[in-house]
Amino acid sequence: MAKVLVVTSGKGGVGKTTTTAALGAALAQRGEKVVVVDFDVGLRNLDLVMGAERRVVFDLINVVQGVAKLPQALIKDKRLENLWLLPASQTRDKDALTEEGVGKVIDDLRARFDWVICDSPAGIERGASMAMRFADEAVIVTNPEVSSVRDSDRIIGMLDSKTVRAEKGERVEKHILITRYDPSRAARGEMLTIEDILEILATPLLGIIPESQDVLRASNVGTPVTLANADGAPARAYIDAARRLCGDTVPMQVPTERKGFMDRLLRRRAA
Amino acid sequence: MSMGLLRLLRGNKASAPVARERLQILLAHERGMRGQPDLLGVLREEILAVVSKHVMLDPTKVIVRLERGDEVSTLEVDIEVPNDFERKKAAVA
Repeated sequence: MAKVLVVTSGKGGVGKTTTTAALGAALAQRGEKVVVVDFDVGLRNLDLVMGAERRVVFDLINVVQGVAKLPQALIKDKRLENLWLLPASQTRDKDALTEEGVGKVIDDLRARFDWVICDSPAGIERGASMAMRFADEAVIVTNPEVSSVRDSDRIIGMLDSKTVRAEKGERVEKHILITRYDPSRAARGEMLTIEDILEILATPLLGIIPESQDVLRASNVGTPVTLANADGAPARAYIDAARRLCGDTVPMQVPTERKGFMDRLLRRRAA
Repeated sequence: MSMGLLRLLRGNKASAPVARERLQILLAHERGMRGQPDLLGVLREEILAVVSKHVMLDPTKVIVRLERGDEVSTLEVDIEVPNDFERKKAAVA
């Protein structure tokens, strides 16, 4: 039974696209058949983060409007057998996304994949509401920062009222994913703690992604962070989150960088 | 301990508890407003309709304002009525 998962947040720049790529790759590595769908029409970036920007021919809008068939628009990942990308259009605008058209594409994708991961644009406008419209589950990406938590709360309200599931009286299963977390700053009282965020949003936690240089490095080279440095702290956190999505019980912890003595010494020198 | 001492010396207090409290107050309010998107707009329209039945009004001179306090909130309705409204009313009737 295919699952449609929306990665959303309200606020921009918190890590939705990074998360979509990383969770998509982590699930595909487990043998799940995954498609990641970019809903950020006009400002597509998932192709770039996935390293597939030069292979885009057709896009989501082309498929919605019947200009291209779904298999023509799907881009197969070069590293993972089970991972595919459906890019957004760079030239059109969000109004080209009709509910009927998107619904049909999602149904088609459900028939072909185990996971359909929808990368939502920021904001609460059409693109964001289309990305969540048909979702069974939602990952709400949140930074430990007041504006991000406020926007997450707003998005949770939308997930509970504006999705197909909500309108049928069913629930969209929601998960909080905290990104850019710095345990030492939280311990010093300089950053909202995990407990603060979960208490305020009253939604279960999927994972904690620590602040790390790995994330920027991975997007620089167009590789999901789980593949770019699989031993790094954010990769391990995303892999754990993917396992939880599949129903595994994984103890919650904030992975930290594994640093040897020489690493520390070199890093200090380099800095 | 040393961290607390350091903070004391630098004179800055932990800001995260402030963030948490501000969020809790704000979100409690915002959640309450959800689903009734424009309460003030609706109130304004209905008040305008009721008063206009009896008095000629300039619709732009009806102001509905909500002031939120800690314990209670006040709903302020400010309607400017022209001094010769009795005559105008007679003319309407």
